[in-house]
Amino acid sequence: MPSSANKSSLWQILFGHPIRAFGVVSLVFLVSLAIAPAKNYFSEWRHYQSQYLSLIQGRGDAVTLRRHFQGGIQQTWLPELGVVDRCATCHVGQTEATLTDLSLQPFRRHPVMAHKVDQFGCVMCHRGQGAATTVEEAHSSTLAWEQPILPARYTESSCGQCHRAALAEAPQLNLGRNLLAREGCVHCHTVKLPGGGTMKATDDPPSLSHIADKTTREWIYAWLKDPQAYAASATMPNFKLKDDDARDISAFLVANSTPIAGDTATVNAKPGDATAGASLYGESFCSSCHAVQNAAGDVVGGDLGPELTRVGSKVKPEWLTAWLRNPRVYDPPTAMPHYRFRDQQISTLGTFLLAKADSDLLANVHLDPATPEQITHGKTLVQEYGCAACHEISGIKRPENFAPELTRIGSKPITQLIFLAVMQHTLPDYIEAKIRQPRSFGSSLKMPQYTLTAQQIGALTTALLSLTDRAQTIPPALAVSSTLDSTYQPAGNAGQLMSDLACFSCHRINGRGGDMAPDLSWEGTSVQRPWLVEFLKNPNTLRPALIRRMPKFNLADGEINLLTDYIMTVYQIPTFDRDSIAIGSASPVLVEQGKQLFYSKYACQSCHIVDSKADKGYVGPTLTQVGSRLTSAWVYHWLKDPQSLRPGTVEPNRNMSDDTARALTAFLMSQKAARKPAGKAARGRSEKAPRLEARR
Amino acid sequence: MMRRLMLVGSIVACVALCGCARKNTSAAGPVPTAFGTALVESSGGKQIGTVGTTLPQPVVVQVNDDQGNGVAGALVEVSGPKGVSFDPPSGLTDSSGQFTTNLMLGSMAGRYQLLASTRTKAQKKLDLKLEEIALGYQERLGAQLDETYCSRCHNPESTPERVSNFDNLEVKPHSFTEGDTLNKISDADLVAIISHGGPALNKSPLMPPYGYTLSKTEIEALLAYIRMVSDPPYHPAGTYYAQK
Repeated sequence: MPSSANKSSLWQILFGHPIRAFGVVSLVFLVSLAIAPAKNYFSEWRHYQSQYLSLIQGRGDAVTLRRHFQGGIQQTWLPELGVVDRCATCHVGQTEATLTDLSLQPFRRHPVMAHKVDQFGCVMCHRGQGAATTVEEAHSSTLAWEQPILPARYTESSCGQCHRAALAEAPQLNLGRNLLAREGCVHCHTVKLPGGGTMKATDDPPSLSHIADKTTREWIYAWLKDPQAYAASATMPNFKLKDDDARDISAFLVANSTPIAGDTATVNAKPGDATAGASLYGESFCSSCHAVQNAAGDVVGGDLGPELTRVGSKVKPEWLTAWLRNPRVYDPPTAMPHYRFRDQQISTLGTFLLAKADSDLLANVHLDPATPEQITHGKTLVQEYGCAACHEISGIKRPENFAPELTRIGSKPITQLIFLAVMQHTLPDYIEAKIRQPRSFGSSLKMPQYTLTAQQIGALTTALLSLTDRAQTIPPALAVSSTLDSTYQPAGNAGQLMSDLACFSCHRINGRGGDMAPDLSWEGTSVQRPWLVEFLKNPNTLRPALIRRMPKFNLADGEINLLTDYIMTVYQIPTFDRDSIAIGSASPVLVEQGKQLFYSKYACQSCHIVDSKADKGYVGPTLTQVGSRLTSAWVYHWLKDPQSLRPGTVEPNRNMSDDTARALTAFLMSQKAARKPAGKAARGRSEKAPRLEARR
Repeated sequence: MMRRLMLVGSIVACVALCGCARKNTSAAGPVPTAFGTALVESSGGKQIGTVGTTLPQPVVVQVNDDQGNGVAGALVEVSGPKGVSFDPPSGLTDSSGQFTTNLMLGSMAGRYQLLASTRTKAQKKLDLKLEEIALGYQERLGAQLDETYCSRCHNPESTPERVSNFDNLEVKPHSFTEGDTLNKISDADLVAIISHGGPALNKSPLMPPYGYTLSKTEIEALLAYIRMVSDPPYHPAGTYYAQK
């Protein structure tokens, strides 16, 4: 037994003698005691700090940099935010203003940002494990820490943890949040907002309770099979339905549909010709809201209403007629205004729209009459796929919590995720893959296939990553709260008329409404009554460069008076009176002085037109008749501080003195419209006539 | 000591693994069926993107033969500095001789120099340099301000949504990419023009003052954006220590 003999001899050598044994044991203790200091001495951060010191040697700013340098562990502790950051231990130069030329990590200067690092720390934005002092533990996902560093392209998601409203500096986050609301995600997925309430959808999926009046079963089938084949810009996702399932759902929807009195109609008018239809479509500015695919395949037009490229293949002519006459019969809260079209116009526009058809769309759709079994099966499918989460369908209850809640998706532990074989095991990659191709995670999943660009998927992921535990638990005093949605509704008959005309689809008033057209909250202070009456009768354009303009609603005189009275009375600015600046008696000297200021000192002609022959400015509204359009008080206060009257307007604040603003106001108010009726407005822009009238 | 040993060991292992990996990719990569004599840029250069995001347009390069016609089936490889990724990083040209790749910028703001390369029949390497610009937080804030306040006059290009006012102005504004002019103007002078208008530096009053409208931070952001997009590139004066 040589080995045992060896062993015993080794034991003999080490511990055979009491003094030797004492020495060996002391040595063992000494070595084990030295482990901790050695670990500290060889730690990564010491290595980086000494590397930094040798790097700054020989630089012109070395003395300053060395004075700023503090060795040892550097920690930022923000108890309110729950932040303990030791990143600055290795990232030594991040606040050094003179290190602009250095791009080597971890010494690089942090680029300019919105916050100070000593107030917010690093992990608030970058995530990762702040308290760690090794590269691996701080940046990656370890057994004890799930959240790795956030890839730079999603950094804006961290803004969203505190900033609950739209944030100009974070366009990707804004886009993502808008998409969450607009693409219908939040119809199925609940997103509880930290401030209370849930995220509301901004799309408006149509009710399917009366769909048989509007369209055919064949169209429903084709649409269900592939919504994007009908309209490239369709919001409805593709549910990848089998032929039989699409057949049965269409059977159920048609059988389940009930008619509404008056949602189909016919007109006694001769069918319109194509050119008249096209020009009526243009005059009514349908394209401000509706898009049409052009020959090159580009979808051109607004996205407020559905795309109309193949509308002729969809709608029934008698439904279209009733819709054009008054859309509120079929869909009372629709965003479409009630144009007061005459019968001949309805016929012309209807013929024009019905011609926008695609014979290929329904060419291969042949459906036999539905059987009761198909209808029952269709109802089951409608419930299974959660159609009623988006669409109102009579007889089907809107499902609650149909899909997993996403309130804290941004902090979801990756151990709870099931990844695909070929993907990186990180939360952002998981979310992106899930949005890009939901069914790749299992063919039985219900989430449909969306048609999104790579940029949109990135933005959606950013918005979802902002929904973290921290966003929910941050002290309310530290969060930048969102603005409350306004539920403003104008009162009385005028209010009803404004709802009928869907003013809020484009205009914003008292915090509610769209952003396509100007905010009208203070319209009564800014414009003169006769101009407003004339404008509502025949909206002409103030800004020649705009492609989206106010349509003509063919209002009756009584309606125009009602609306004008309401606007002139109610929509007043609280800070000044519309009659407070009397300019009517301005002397010609003052007017001339204003003219000089306009053309020489302030060079307003670079953006505005006053003399339609000489001036060419195209940015701001035309001012040829501004004296008949705006009130002198509005012009005066606008000149003094345009941003206060319309935040975000392009016109800069010129810090004018009162006298200067008064002279310019006098000049502008002398630009009156000719007193001829509206038909000759274009010719009435010559300079002399209004100039004489100014002293009237 | 142990640590050193482990480090050396892991380096050896890494090198060995990398070696293996490289061998594998070159074996599995596409084999060129044709060779060109020139490599030219078709589109996608000099784009302005945001750090960490994919550029709006793909980068397209073309391999040509002696007559300047596109060569199909030539192998093109693209590479860039650390942090930049390509999808795909290499491939064969299509029937019109073009190779298209999507580019994701790194997380640092600045100019990204890219290199596209192909080989001639004699295995001579043909290189093509491309440049893309990545905007960081500050520059992108400037880009947004440019879009709101400046571009209507300073950008001569018109779009249906935004008609340019450039042609209507008697004194033509400088486009922000005009490095030949703007690089000569100091930061302080540019800030003065933005804040106090053209007359501050004896230039045209058609340029209005924005000092009462924009904050100091916003004007700095605008300046950073103007410096970033200028062509030729802007180099601030001063000593450069860490060239590498």
